[in-house]
Amino acid sequence: MTKRTWALVAVLSVGLAFPASGVSKQHGGTLNMIAWEGYTQPQWVKPFQTKTGCTIHAKYAGSSDEMVTLMRSGGGSKYDMVSASGDASLRLIYGKDVQTVDPSKIPDYKNFGGAFKNPGNNTVGGKHYGISLQWGPNTLLYNTKKVKPAPTSWSSIYDSKYKGKVTVPDNPIQIADAALYLMRTQPSLGINDPYELNSSQFKAVISLLKKQKPLIKKYWALASDEIDLFKNGDAVIGASWPYQTNTLIGAKAPVKDVIPREGATGWLDTWMVSAKTKNLDCAMKWLSWISTPKVQAQQAIYFGETPVNSKACAIMDQLSKGSCAQYHANAPLKYFKQIHFWKTPIADCGNGKKDCMDYTKWQQAWTQLKG
Amino acid sequence: MAAGLDPAQGLSSSDRLGARRRLGGALWRRPWLRGLTLLSPSVLAFLLVYIAALVALFVSAFWGVDVFTSKLIHTWSLDNFRTLWNESAYRHVALRTIAIAAAVTTTDAIIAFPFAYFMARLATPRLRAILFVLVLLPLWASYIARIYSWKLILNSNGLLSWSLHKLGLPAPSLAYTNTATWIVFSYVWLPFMILPIYAALERIPHSYIEASRDLGAKGSRTLRSVILPLALPGVVAGSIFTFSLTLGDYITPTLIGGASGQFIGNVVADSALRGGNLPFAAAFAAVPVLVMGAYLVIARRLGAFEAL
Amino acid sequence: MSERRGTRIALGVWVALVLAFLYIPIAVICLYAFNSSTIQSWPIAGLTTKWFSPTIHNGDMQQALWLSLKAAGLATVIALVLGSAASFGVHRFRFFGREAISFLLVLPIALPGIITGMALNSYFTYWNFNFGLWTVVIAHSTFCVVVVYNNVIARLRRVPGSLTEASMDLGADGFQTFRYVTFPSISTALISGGLLAFALSFDEVIVTTFTVGARNTLPTWIFSEIQRGQELPQVNVVVFLIVLLTIIPVALAQRLTRESGILRTE
Repeated sequence: MTKRTWALVAVLSVGLAFPASGVSKQHGGTLNMIAWEGYTQPQWVKPFQTKTGCTIHAKYAGSSDEMVTLMRSGGGSKYDMVSASGDASLRLIYGKDVQTVDPSKIPDYKNFGGAFKNPGNNTVGGKHYGISLQWGPNTLLYNTKKVKPAPTSWSSIYDSKYKGKVTVPDNPIQIADAALYLMRTQPSLGINDPYELNSSQFKAVISLLKKQKPLIKKYWALASDEIDLFKNGDAVIGASWPYQTNTLIGAKAPVKDVIPREGATGWLDTWMVSAKTKNLDCAMKWLSWISTPKVQAQQAIYFGETPVNSKACAIMDQLSKGSCAQYHANAPLKYFKQIHFWKTPIADCGNGKKDCMDYTKWQQAWTQLKG
Repeated sequence: MAAGLDPAQGLSSSDRLGARRRLGGALWRRPWLRGLTLLSPSVLAFLLVYIAALVALFVSAFWGVDVFTSKLIHTWSLDNFRTLWNESAYRHVALRTIAIAAAVTTTDAIIAFPFAYFMARLATPRLRAILFVLVLLPLWASYIARIYSWKLILNSNGLLSWSLHKLGLPAPSLAYTNTATWIVFSYVWLPFMILPIYAALERIPHSYIEASRDLGAKGSRTLRSVILPLALPGVVAGSIFTFSLTLGDYITPTLIGGASGQFIGNVVADSALRGGNLPFAAAFAAVPVLVMGAYLVIARRLGAFEAL
Repeated sequence: MSERRGTRIALGVWVALVLAFLYIPIAVICLYAFNSSTIQSWPIAGLTTKWFSPTIHNGDMQQALWLSLKAAGLATVIALVLGSAASFGVHRFRFFGREAISFLLVLPIALPGIITGMALNSYFTYWNFNFGLWTVVIAHSTFCVVVVYNNVIARLRRVPGSLTEASMDLGADGFQTFRYVTFPSISTALISGGLLAFALSFDEVIVTTFTVGARNTLPTWIFSEIQRGQELPQVNVVVFLIVLLTIIPVALAQRLTRESGILRTE
């Protein structure tokens, strides 16, 4: 045969040989997880993998919408666990995408603060669909060198002083933040709950957001986007999470965050287990691990959020002095109650009326707003 | 040497009516059977998998979805299309995308034409082969990486700002703008424009140019009246690539683009990957398909398909 | 060459500028592979090869690379078989719907990748396929087939049909003719088509995102790492190695198609 034919045979046999050599099997199972950035750091994942033999693969998402869609993609069998916030968890429960978990199998469950044992966003009809994880506020992040004086109100991201240098999350739930601002600054609108907006309240909120659009440099989809924006000086002020603040300060960027006087929205996260997981054993091991005081403290300090395990406070102060108070791990219930945690808006306004905007309308309005 | 049949090649004069020869003969006498065996695997595979999937996708554009459970609601309606038509935001997105696609196509055509002309008419055969490889090579260097490298270049502390500062010029803040998106698209699709124009120019016989000169035309007249019309199919063929690739892309706007507006690719990808609303994504995805369909019909008239 | 000297010089400068435009971004990212700082700014802080070792030992990257190679290899094999069979069928027979087949095969490349991706994703979900290697292979085959098909059919149009007939007149049956006459004349078209299909599959990201499930091919790994921004030096190293390793197949494909490609080298 000619040289050319040999070359062709070589190409074909290379093509056919590959599938014959498979990837080696792992012991102990693999957990494919959907997580917020910063939730599966090697600091606490590596010891888990060594201890249990379970391997963790994390897919990072930037919004609850993304998490819900990922969880449901491929018929629901692609991912084993998800760290769902309150505006995703009920959708997953009602969509039958997650399974019930017996909290008595989690040793540290008894140390959880009272509000986190059976919160409405993961306990339905007395059944637990996952274990509460951590919670925290959505903050106002700003560049200390370029933003003077230090902002105290959300109005700084709605007025044109920093035009072209503002950034907010690319997430329909951001409408609630604008609603919260109007709730305090325009009480005549009668907004009681930033997630329950009737048609006229919704219109007012959307028109505020439309006025904000020319000020925005980029709507960030992943936390890393916002970190890049601040690092490069493309944004100097924006809505953020404590994770970005910690990462930027770690990279010596001159930033600070604050919870403005109008208050803040926030999130309360739950680790949920897929209804179709093939690795329930590893999943339960992860739930136990992530609830232990040490890991709760590590994650709280890394991300800048508040642990649900009441025993974590002491360890936080050991790891980083003053962090327990800084991240409100020992804060009274009053602090917890003033954060407006993410939840999925539904048509039922809760006071007998059913004319609130449901989440579909929020999504459509957000897409149309971005234009 | 007997009768010229080489046994080493399996040919012999003995009448070997083995199974192979019988099968070969049967196939030779029935051309339709040969054709069927050759074509049916690929055609069937395509019809049963790809076409079926496409049809299902565009059928779902007429359905709805329950946002709470992401389950498809199989009631037929034109709601998705009505939303697309009524809400001005989607019109703006579509027009913006088409405008950028047109800008990218024009830019690439302008950059590519002199390059292709040099390659086709002025380069030695050896130089032509080298230039050909040099134009193809970037296509192999990871599409994502080439987009990402522009992020590094256009950053406020990137290569472009630094070079402009060194030259004493003011550095425009290009990151996260539509201008940046335009630059990156033009960059990524450029080889797709160069190659068809080159192919078209290379096909022009030199005798045409000579004849034009003999008839008294100067260089620019020859260019205008002889070369450009003959190269037009190549330009149109290249433009099919640049236009269609820009219309459907969402990676570049995600990595490079800013808040100044979304593109069709973003909205479709967001709707499918984050909003869980596949019917709406499918409905909006019909827009680039229709635009490209119209474009292809026009391109066919201009003879682009001979130049591919 | 009857153009004026001034025009020739101007065009030469244009060519040089365009080549610079094409290669500066690639050069930049290859240079950043040696950047000693993790902050991606210009000018580069210092040169180092310290990122190479952690990149090569990165388990996620290795698995992604492995999946990419397997998927591209399998998709190429399928494309070679189906594409050449289809091109023979279309070239040799006249029948109703002949042009429709060319149109059918070119659709996956003509339509935006996101449409192919969404369509196949829904299809695989509906039929409860497991997302992984084989869903990616099927997805990639759809657009790899047309690449091989175009190459082979272009070559078949150049090969005179009289060769086949002569072979048969001399007593060879259909299979022998294919093995000794037809196949050698299209082998370089198959190789260059195969290489191009491999490259397309290896680099594809949009359709792959929708069909790969929870795993990663190399391009999707690169995409997610770029978005996360935590291991950028490793991304730069991977890209540098990809560029280095693809020069060889491209030059090879070029050599093989010199005589019959669109480059006339007489």
